[in-house]
Amino acid sequence: MTDAQPIRNAPARRRADDAPTGPVYVEFDSVHKSYDGVTRIVQDLRLKVHEGEFLTLLGPSGSGKTTCLMMLAGFEAPSAGAIRVEGRPVDDVPARKRNIGMVFQNYALFPHMTVGGNLSFPLEVRGLDKTAVAERVNRALKLVRLEGFEERRPGQLSGGQQQRVAIARALVFEPRLVLMDEPLGALDRRLREEMQFEIRRIQRTLGVTVVYVTHDQQEAMAMSDRVAVFNAGRIEQVASPEVLYEEPKRPFVASFIGDNNLLEGRVVAVDADTCEVDVGGLVVKSFMVSSHQVGDDVVLAVRPERTGLAPERGMYTNEFEVKVEDMAFLGDHLRVLTTVGGKPFVVKIQNIVGHGGVLIGEMVRIGWATLDCRALRPAEVND
Amino acid sequence: MVTAARHQGLGHYAHVAFCVLVFVFLIAPILVVVPLSFNAEPYFTFTEGMLRLDPAAYSLRWYETVAKSEDWLRALRNSFVIGGCATAVATILGTLAALGLSNPAMPARPLVMGLLISPMVTPVIISAAGMFFFYSDLGLAQTHIGLILAHAALGTPFVVITVTATLTGFDTNLTRAAASLGAGPWRSFRRVQLPLIAPGVISGALFAFATSFDEVVAVLFMGGLEQRTIPREMWAGIREQISPAILAVATLLIVFALLLMVIVEWLRRRGAEQP
Repeated sequence: MTDAQPIRNAPARRRADDAPTGPVYVEFDSVHKSYDGVTRIVQDLRLKVHEGEFLTLLGPSGSGKTTCLMMLAGFEAPSAGAIRVEGRPVDDVPARKRNIGMVFQNYALFPHMTVGGNLSFPLEVRGLDKTAVAERVNRALKLVRLEGFEERRPGQLSGGQQQRVAIARALVFEPRLVLMDEPLGALDRRLREEMQFEIRRIQRTLGVTVVYVTHDQQEAMAMSDRVAVFNAGRIEQVASPEVLYEEPKRPFVASFIGDNNLLEGRVVAVDADTCEVDVGGLVVKSFMVSSHQVGDDVVLAVRPERTGLAPERGMYTNEFEVKVEDMAFLGDHLRVLTTVGGKPFVVKIQNIVGHGGVLIGEMVRIGWATLDCRALRPAEVND
Repeated sequence: MVTAARHQGLGHYAHVAFCVLVFVFLIAPILVVVPLSFNAEPYFTFTEGMLRLDPAAYSLRWYETVAKSEDWLRALRNSFVIGGCATAVATILGTLAALGLSNPAMPARPLVMGLLISPMVTPVIISAAGMFFFYSDLGLAQTHIGLILAHAALGTPFVVITVTATLTGFDTNLTRAAASLGAGPWRSFRRVQLPLIAPGVISGALFAFATSFDEVVAVLFMGGLEQRTIPREMWAGIREQISPAILAVATLLIVFALLLMVIVEWLRRRGAEQP
């Protein structure tokens, strides 16, 4: 992947510095994984996780993110390449000697032990004496706000409480790196949002490095310092949530993070960092993410909320007359379905004065700015 | 149930009657031994006094005979020693085999499983004859160790099957969790896996014990006078003495078997309660 080119007049609110600081803690160096030598689960993975960072591996199921986590934990071995923790290769280090905390998708609490037994297990393994064990168990339970639950068994706890115990157990032996594999997948939405803040709070309190796996892009956005977007065994883009949202480099990232209208077209004119693209007969002015020549196929990404009605001409650099095919009132905004260049196109209109002129079947003028329209290389073309 | 029966009429009664008949067919030959064991006379049939429920026709004399007989006591001792040791061997080997067979990386799993279970489907007379020739060459025939090994081979399949069944419900993430927390394979097995598969291990062990405790063919082939177990002593009793003492022993064995079954059922329920 090439680095982002300098972007002029980029949308506001972006973080000034996307690259994390601090020493590299974990490094995937050209890691490949295949079980049968044919199907490549993970391909040429290069990723650096910095100390104290909350990094999320985000992607649809089967995209290789969990396999990466399992390789880092030591439950799977890379077919090629190396994984380094604190600069040292860990390929020959068994899982139990890696000193990495792990939170499993189904919690994997020991059902025959009490909460206290689960938490003291890693401490007894490390040969701590009883007072030290009790002291650390108490501290860990306090951290996850479950004081007084020592004697309960996992089966007597709610899903959210089991989740907290699993987190406490992964932290109680004070690892500097904690891995979480879809830890909130089994919880209902409200609890999930609560736990997102909770996990972030704990991570900031302890300053541990976290590698987190999820398929939920909102969860990834809400929690992470940086997100690595996985697709079919490869990383499509690694960046902060803000940059992923504002400056996706690939069509997959554009469609996976938030909503995006994707329009396929061909470049007909090129300027310094903008171009004109023919989309089904319409010419759309857009910003170039990487350099293109006239005649290149590109995919344009336009966010529904960056489009709007243009009651007067000249409000936007791109303006088109479209027919309102369908419409939904969603309280704070209207979702209007139209067609641009023969492709379905969604326009999100804020519920403010002036939106009343939109009626199903009528023609309206919509528009968006050049900078809010990003020309991306099509998915099948690699950088 | 009563109301349901009233509404369903003849079909329902026929169904109940059939079920009762099946139970009678299965259990009556066993239960009939129990009253006969209290016979005051040295016969294998119900005397007139017994049928009249005359208390004088019943006695505990055959139980007394058993308790005082050197042969029966030796047989009892042999049964428990051989059964206990064979169970220990079968349980350890069977559990290890089941653990290996549950590992997806294990090659030729169906083949190995089939081999391990084969003593269950091979007629015992064939296994016993084979063991006799093989063990004789090794000097193990007519020794306790020989019988223990033979019974362990016959009991292992039960342990393999019950432990394998328990392991299919075992969450492999638990052993991964134990490893991530720093536990080595032995600690992970002893602290996490074994406690959770214990119901399967114990019920397998009970089946293995029952197999050894019931077994007569291998003992006939390989046991000398010193290795006579209870079933072997009963065999001798029927052929040589025809004493109702064997009915008393049979009754004791029925009670013992019931106890084992209650334990297995209790373990099964306890296992099912765990999530």
